[in-house]
Amino acid sequence: MAVKDLPGAQATAGNKNLVEMSWDPITRIVGSLGIYTKIDFQQKIVAECHSTSSIFRGYSIFMKGKDPRDAHFITSRICGICGDNHCVCAIYAQNMAFGVRPPAMGEWIMNLGEAAEYMFDHNIFQENLVGVDFCEQMVRETNPSVWEKAKNKPSPNAHIHGYKTIADIMTSLNPFSGDFYRQALVISRYTREMFCLMEGKHVHPSTLYPGGTGTVATVQLFTDYYSRLMRYIEYMKVCVPLHDDLFDFFYEALPGYEKVGQRRILLGCWGAFQDPDHCDFTYKNMTHWGRKMFVTPGVVVDGKLVTNDLVQINLGIRILLGHSYYNDWENEETFMEKDPLGNPVDRRHPWNQTTLPTPKKRNFDGQYSWVMSPRWYDGKDHLALDTGGGALARMWSTALSGLVDIGYVKATGNSVIINLPKSVLSGPVTFEWKCPQWSNAIERDRARTYFQAYSAGAALFFLDKAFEELRGGRTRSWEPFTVPQDGFGCGFTEAVRGVLSHHVIIRDGKIANYHPYPPTPWNANPRDKYGTPGPYEDAVQNTPIFEENGPDSFKGIDIMRAVRSFDPCLPCGVHMYLGNGKTIETMHSPLAPFG
Amino acid sequence: MADTVVNVLWIPAGLSCDGDSVALTNASQPAIEEIALGALPGLPNVKFHWPLIEYSLGGAEFLEAFFKAERGELDPFVLVVEGSIANEKILTEGYWTGFGNEPGTDQPRTFSAWIDALAPKAWAVLAVGTCATYGGIHAMSGNPTGAMGILDYLGWEWKSKFGLPIVCVPGCPIQPDNLSETILYLLWQAAGIAPMIPLDEAGRPTWLFGSTVHEGCDRAGYYEQGDFASEYDSPKCLVKLGCWGPVVKCNVPKRGWTGGVGGCPNVGGICIGCTMPGFPDKFMPFMDEPPGGKLSSAVSTVYGGMVKTLRNFTMNTVDKEPKWRHNRPQLTTGYRPVK
Repeated sequence: MAVKDLPGAQATAGNKNLVEMSWDPITRIVGSLGIYTKIDFQQKIVAECHSTSSIFRGYSIFMKGKDPRDAHFITSRICGICGDNHCVCAIYAQNMAFGVRPPAMGEWIMNLGEAAEYMFDHNIFQENLVGVDFCEQMVRETNPSVWEKAKNKPSPNAHIHGYKTIADIMTSLNPFSGDFYRQALVISRYTREMFCLMEGKHVHPSTLYPGGTGTVATVQLFTDYYSRLMRYIEYMKVCVPLHDDLFDFFYEALPGYEKVGQRRILLGCWGAFQDPDHCDFTYKNMTHWGRKMFVTPGVVVDGKLVTNDLVQINLGIRILLGHSYYNDWENEETFMEKDPLGNPVDRRHPWNQTTLPTPKKRNFDGQYSWVMSPRWYDGKDHLALDTGGGALARMWSTALSGLVDIGYVKATGNSVIINLPKSVLSGPVTFEWKCPQWSNAIERDRARTYFQAYSAGAALFFLDKAFEELRGGRTRSWEPFTVPQDGFGCGFTEAVRGVLSHHVIIRDGKIANYHPYPPTPWNANPRDKYGTPGPYEDAVQNTPIFEENGPDSFKGIDIMRAVRSFDPCLPCGVHMYLGNGKTIETMHSPLAPFG
Repeated sequence: MADTVVNVLWIPAGLSCDGDSVALTNASQPAIEEIALGALPGLPNVKFHWPLIEYSLGGAEFLEAFFKAERGELDPFVLVVEGSIANEKILTEGYWTGFGNEPGTDQPRTFSAWIDALAPKAWAVLAVGTCATYGGIHAMSGNPTGAMGILDYLGWEWKSKFGLPIVCVPGCPIQPDNLSETILYLLWQAAGIAPMIPLDEAGRPTWLFGSTVHEGCDRAGYYEQGDFASEYDSPKCLVKLGCWGPVVKCNVPKRGWTGGVGGCPNVGGICIGCTMPGFPDKFMPFMDEPPGGKLSSAVSTVYGGMVKTLRNFTMNTVDKEPKWRHNRPQLTTGYRPVK
């Protein structure tokens, strides 16, 4: 097999050491993802990457004609780890479409449930899935010299978390045998109890409805949540300094590690946690109530805030087909020409999309993924925003807007301050997350831990507000509504791993069009028609290789750290396949996907 | 089998949300670490090949066990399937699902191809979640993929070469302890400690699915008094607001969702029948009062035998799948594909 002309691999053209490597399926994520790369082992860099999602389910198709009240029950099933985020997003869209504003208590209950989801989900992903990439066993197998350094490197925060050296931290993350790994599993369970107190069942909630919640507000309900939350806060006081130690060590032990998974700062955050004092779910007031969310929506480019206006964010969304298995919808119906404020709605906006699947053979020069390519149009360019694994974009957007100020959490304009109160074993603690220099693997991972603390702080505030309502006798949590014959709605929130939007059009009392856009299509998408690679592809391409194993025993740990930092969740798409380390010239493997 | 290693090969690559994999991490009775570390008396040695918590980074290293099993070199193993099975036979090109590549090609190997390769060699087939068991949400009317459950795919009478029927633990997602408890039972059976797992006509463990939601619901007292909620945030019985509890086989209100916390109608969530073969179509629109609800709730103070007869009638309907879920090479869901 001859070396083909590879876009993006010009720098290495003629290089005899360009090796195809792929990982398909990728483990320790949710869903089905394949990563196919070409690696230059001489220059120790990834020359090319393709990301492919191999599953199609068809929600936008089978939801047509269904009762709009069913949307949140159905769309929750999109995701098995953050399905509740879909449920909530659908309810936001239903509330807009049905013209209903839930009682404040309903919103505080929903915010408490969602805060518990962030606390659970980031925790299990960070410690039990990502953590394994940083555990003793993995580091010894991929970078023995780093392991040697870790053994001799005292942990700067050892007095807080008790692990004397960085090596001790790594050992604590070994699967099952590591004590921090096991502790995280247990914590992932009581945080899900907190979740179930508010939303009934995990991960597809039973007690959420358009108009509010069926959860009955009682002293017991909130006290049960409170006691568990304070245990989690105790844990956060250890968890944050522990991860700072671990991640700072990687920069120190492997100079240049900031380039792993690095891409241009192009972040989107659609905001989370409504403020019932301001949110009336009307489209015309969306700019106002969007800015009152307790995680501020925003588009951040090159470290600067482009907008925090949800209307502008909404209108900028474009769905490009890219190299995915769909036909274009140019001959299909336009559902909305203008939004209620008179702004034109683009043909490529989710409100006007029709999903037309056309299964094909996988061909990396042609169509190769079930994920489309969402972009955000700033008036000039179709930006391939990523979500920074969710937490990085949320922290960054909230920090820059400087709007959130709820005591336990305060955004300053360039940082986020988190104040956690006294708990059993320790006094009050303040953490400050500062906007980092880079959008890279380590900072995505670090932000995840900080956002766990953010969620815990926000939950304390929501509890204060819920108790205020309860003590004032305002216990109703649901408001009746009627379904209109014709209508529209949009919901914006943050799934755990990033931006989430739901767009619905109602006609004759039924769903005429429904398009959910979860974070993974934003992160895992294939090259678009302009040739712009999706964020995983972009972040993996040009990732330097620090792993000490050569092609014959190569694991791809740096690539996997880059991909996992986005918190892939592909019930919406990535797969990696290991090409056994043969050079392209000599490789006759029929598995070669580029041949 | 006490000395042998039981391999658990888990394929979540159906039309799935991975919610049943995630649910297993939530179980505490027993917890996954207790099973994986053999920390329960009588357990055989167990080796999980489960993508969600797998140590390896994926790809060939991870798939090795699956190919060994196909070659008959990994005996005994339990095949765990998660997600609905797309009907790949309706396609002339491409695929709906993929999990690794088909050996000898550069194309994905489909979920159904994996089932074809592994089911005949498995000691037991365990279907987790309502998608895998009966088709579930992705097998809704109008779906483009022709999705179905494993019983439709392999046949309701299918048995493993060791004589085990397909073991089905439905739920959307699965109740965490219902799953870990069933896995534990199967492992004990593999070790020769427990007799054949008792299953009902739809493959469900009888001790988990033998009663209805309503029978285990602590709001049933309101029902008995004819005191029904008219708004969703009421603490009373939700049957007039769309709760199907009286005809749905599930233990969740009794067991709670996790650590005894949460659930469905017991905590304010209408039962939408998510454990049932008829889910979701036969329960939609979810927020309407179930048919027969008016009558049976009106007579709830009258002698219960009559109510039970009426309920059995409804139960038989919702305990059956819609007819478009099948393994024939046609799409009959009502969706017309792109020309």
